[in-house]
Amino acid sequence: MTSATTVFGAILARDLRLAARRRVEVLLPVAFFVVSASLFPLGIGPEPQTLRQIAPGLVWVCALLATLMSVPTLYATDLDDGSLDQSLLAAGSALPVACAKALAHWLLTGLPLTIAAPLLGLLFDVEPRSVLALAASLLLGTPVLSLLGNLGAALTLGVRSGGVLLILLVVPLCVPALIFGSGAVVALDSGLSARGHFSLLAALLILTTLLAPPATAAALRIATD
Amino acid sequence: MSGATQWANAADFFAMGGYGFYVWGAYAVTAACMLIDPLLAARRHRRARAAIDEDDA
Amino acid sequence: MRLSPHLFAFASPARFYALASRVTPGLWIVSIVLALIALYVGFFVAPTDATQGDAYRIVFIHVPAAWMSMVLYLAMAAWAAIGWGLNARLASMFARAIAPTGAMFTFLALWTGALWGRPTWGTWWVWDARLTSELILLFLYLGYLALVESIDDVRRADRAGALLAVVGSVNVPIIYFSVKWWNTLHQGASITMSAAPTMAQTMLVAMGLMTLAFWAYAFAVVFKRTQAIVAERERHARWLSASPA
Repeated sequence: MTSATTVFGAILARDLRLAARRRVEVLLPVAFFVVSASLFPLGIGPEPQTLRQIAPGLVWVCALLATLMSVPTLYATDLDDGSLDQSLLAAGSALPVACAKALAHWLLTGLPLTIAAPLLGLLFDVEPRSVLALAASLLLGTPVLSLLGNLGAALTLGVRSGGVLLILLVVPLCVPALIFGSGAVVALDSGLSARGHFSLLAALLILTTLLAPPATAAALRIATD
Repeated sequence: MSGATQWANAADFFAMGGYGFYVWGAYAVTAACMLIDPLLAARRHRRARAAIDEDDA
Repeated sequence: MRLSPHLFAFASPARFYALASRVTPGLWIVSIVLALIALYVGFFVAPTDATQGDAYRIVFIHVPAAWMSMVLYLAMAAWAAIGWGLNARLASMFARAIAPTGAMFTFLALWTGALWGRPTWGTWWVWDARLTSELILLFLYLGYLALVESIDDVRRADRAGALLAVVGSVNVPIIYFSVKWWNTLHQGASITMSAAPTMAQTMLVAMGLMTLAFWAYAFAVVFKRTQAIVAERERHARWLSASPA
């Protein structure tokens, strides 16, 4: 049986390579992120003070939705062409597959979103210090979202309207990340310290990194047995 | 029991000190749900049994 | 660890089916009697509250509904996990039967909470820690129901639901903590539903009795629904055709 790290590396490399070939698909979540965030001023009004105030939460929610929407694509083709079954067979355990998928997803979606966030900070006239805090909170938070999103994808593998179902399942689980992430920026805006928020976010990231992959591995087993 | 609540008349009871809409609105929906829930369960059971009887027939 | 044989005697769907038929009528009687006593105490013994008037009497169904919603979620997760871990079919069926009733109680907790909040604090909805967590609990129930209903393969649905329910259970304290944190940090959230009137003993008695009534009710309905699920899944079993119920 192939070693776990070999399988992990192979799947990660493959997903990144596939993404490089389909560059448009990779940029779609980022495009959705920017477009959806831009809708809000159109719906709410251009008043700068209001926009500055709602920016942290708004950006975070749009990042959350963009992340969850892009998870199914990571698994869709694998299921269809049988490579998922192959990977599970080769590794013996589903854990390396779960870890590789989560990391690949974050590199392809979470990280680009974190980089794109300052652009939205510009649109909402957010102060430079808050933009930095927003990017930092997303840097810590998007991995959590990717890990949870992957769990949802594994649970809904092959299910009809799995994409929307995934969002419904995973959103409640993402609430703590949203609260700590967005709250950090709001705290800074109000002149308070964001250290508590960032500590909690970091703790959440560690906890999720330890618990989500085994759960995702179990879900993959359930889905493919 | 000492200190028991005395409602002067039925009208007072239904008025609930002016909050009748809220109190009865809450209790009515609760009662309705707790009636529909078992009825739906019973219906599901009936349908399952009907399917079995159909199989046997 | 030697588990009692009696525990697993009822692990057979047939045995449970027969037990449920015998026990359910009694459960209904217990539930109705306790509810009537609770209502009597709540409306004819418990005094009017000084600050909230008679509007507070909603608490006699609001609090029991909220407790049931949380307890049933944990019970659902526990039975689903047992069904998954021990491959016990009946446990999985039981978990599935709990979900709709649990979701109902969650909805009732929110509904009665809104009707209590409006006359007492002026708004239909308030984003305090408890109500917001209750709302998220409703989403967790709906997610579970959506997932198990979307998967055609029954055993896969059972297991996936079990995993989701366990993950949800682990998350509930984290979510509650984060919502409480969020609540205390934002200005203006000085209203909290936990500022219930200081409970006179009679009020607590009514609430306690109603909780027991809801408990018996839940057993009755869940047993019935489990029987329905057993009948659906064991459709071709001979004992089922022979059973009178």
